[in-house]
Amino acid sequence: MKFTQDSKELTDIARELRVDILRMLARSGSGHTGGSLSCIDIITALYFSKMNHSPHFGKDADRDVFVLSKGHAAPALYVALARCGYFDRSHLDSLRKLNAILSGHPYSPSTPGVEVSTGSLGQGLSLANGIALGYRLDGKKGTVFCMMGDGESQEGQIWEAAMTAAHYKLDNVVGIVDNNGLQIDGKVSDVMNIEPIGDKWRAFGWEVIEIDGHNMESIMDAVDRAVAVKGKPALIWAHTVKGKGVSFMENKVSFHGTTPSADELEKAMAELAAV
Amino acid sequence: MKNREKKSLRDAYGATLAELGAQNRNIVALDADLSGSTRTSVFAAKFPDRFFNMGVAEQDMISTAAGLAAAGKIPFASSFAIFASGRAWEQVRQSVCLSNLNVKIVATHGGITVGEDGPSHQALEDLTLMRVLPNMTVIVPCDAVETAAVMRRIADTYGPVYVRVAREKFPVIFDADYKFNIGKGVILRHGSDVAIIACGYLVSKALEAAEELAEEGISAAVVNMPTIKPLDEDLVIQMASTTGAIVTAEEHSITGGLGSAVMEVVCENEPVPVIRVGMKGRFGSSGKPEELMDYYGMNAPAVAEAARRAMALKTGPVQQNKKD
Ligand SMILES: Cc1ncc(C[n+]2csc(CCOP(=O)(O)OP(=O)(O)O)c2C)c(N)n1
Repeated sequence: MKFTQDSKELTDIARELRVDILRMLARSGSGHTGGSLSCIDIITALYFSKMNHSPHFGKDADRDVFVLSKGHAAPALYVALARCGYFDRSHLDSLRKLNAILSGHPYSPSTPGVEVSTGSLGQGLSLANGIALGYRLDGKKGTVFCMMGDGESQEGQIWEAAMTAAHYKLDNVVGIVDNNGLQIDGKVSDVMNIEPIGDKWRAFGWEVIEIDGHNMESIMDAVDRAVAVKGKPALIWAHTVKGKGVSFMENKVSFHGTTPSADELEKAMAELAAV
Repeated sequence: MKNREKKSLRDAYGATLAELGAQNRNIVALDADLSGSTRTSVFAAKFPDRFFNMGVAEQDMISTAAGLAAAGKIPFASSFAIFASGRAWEQVRQSVCLSNLNVKIVATHGGITVGEDGPSHQALEDLTLMRVLPNMTVIVPCDAVETAAVMRRIADTYGPVYVRVAREKFPVIFDADYKFNIGKGVILRHGSDVAIIACGYLVSKALEAAEELAEEGISAAVVNMPTIKPLDEDLVIQMASTTGAIVTAEEHSITGGLGSAVMEVVCENEPVPVIRVGMKGRFGSSGKPEELMDYYGMNAPAVAEAARRAMALKTGPVQQNKKD
């Protein structure tokens, strides 16, 4: 795996990962496209630049942990884990197939590099807090990153966990909201408005860092700042575009849980190659 | 029987948890604003750094416990049985059981003996809810001695566990040197006409019923079955084949709990009549614990009557055909 601080290189990696995601989803014929593309730039920054991690670390290492609370974006996590060497890339071909190591949603017993099982929305931040509390008891240095959706933020448990992290001053937790504005039934603001989301997290005792979630330099800077926050948890409120990177998928609710057809894949590949 | 000393199972839980905490630094405890009632407060007083009060937020408590387990801790999470099993059922399934994480859920105030708080607080479905979950072990101790033994054993055994205790004090059945084994039932009384398989509070009632039956010349075996899952199938089959009639008794709905578990095994292996004593498809009401047990038919006379009925069914046509 290559670690880099160069945002141009990271942008290139993110583009390659978009290609991996789309190929994998087109082959599988089922899975979540839009929400995987919206968070892949952030996942790239974490896995290829900011997180202290390696497939060769033992469980005892002071490693950083990533929890994908919006588990349906599993493709974005899988392509990063594969490129980082957690498992052979050939497994990407068997996504969602019987006996494959890659389930439709992150399932920790079967996938190397997946820390906890997610997919039922709203539970990831609690899991992250638990890991962070365990780390604190053991004097471990790692940070626990937790990626949530804006639609997911409608789950009450998210706010229970927000209270917990603030109450226990978990400055080793960094939350990230992939704020792409869409959920399954439409715009988040139409289905069940969650704004003003930054104010809510602040009111719950979190440091909030607002960024463009597709600008690699901003992402890297935000991660550094979030990790540096002391005495309270930090949230990266990342504005993103669902389906980002493929023009005809961008901001389309219809691509939430659908995969590209052969034609669409070809068009998408051409677009991504042209970038 | 009626003169047995009564002791609190939750007191035994709190004391044993604190004892275990002194032996193993990895043990942590979580509660949802009921630590005084569940007795995790005993642990909290001794190990404040390893106790996490999660507030009135059971779902967050269970998933946080799962995260702690993922980080190598042995979390004991407690609340009233209805909230620990029901309010957070999906968290138990997704955060704990799916990843097979080492979380111990010790639920107090199970069953109808929670009493005056009424039906909203009487967990009569928790065993059903927990029993369907893969990887989950489900245990219902019958007295304070067994409760302490269960805690020591599960702290040493990897995997998710649900333990249900009650608010009330129960008669002490076992001597202090009692050894608990996960998945093993205990024959408390031998008998040849009918077997009563019970858990929790109903174990003491089953013993009383067996004495009542003995006076009528009926020889009833009594089995304490603390592990609802994995069930001691061999013992159930042995009881079915040696007595030919079974009664189950639990302070729980007859749907999905111990009675259902026993029936599943009996029907598939050694078909004999099984009569279930427990709550029959309804919610309870407020009242005194013993009053409620009597009113809803979870007492010694009800168990004895079920035994007579089970024995009567033994001589039915199915059994006769089998003998031909
Ligand atoms: C508890 C739960 N309820 C419902 C679902 C079904 N579901 C999957 S994705 C989704 C919408 C999520 O929206 P958001 O968090 O904004 O995700 P994104 O737009 O980033 O993909 C829903 C309702 C689920 N996985 N879990």
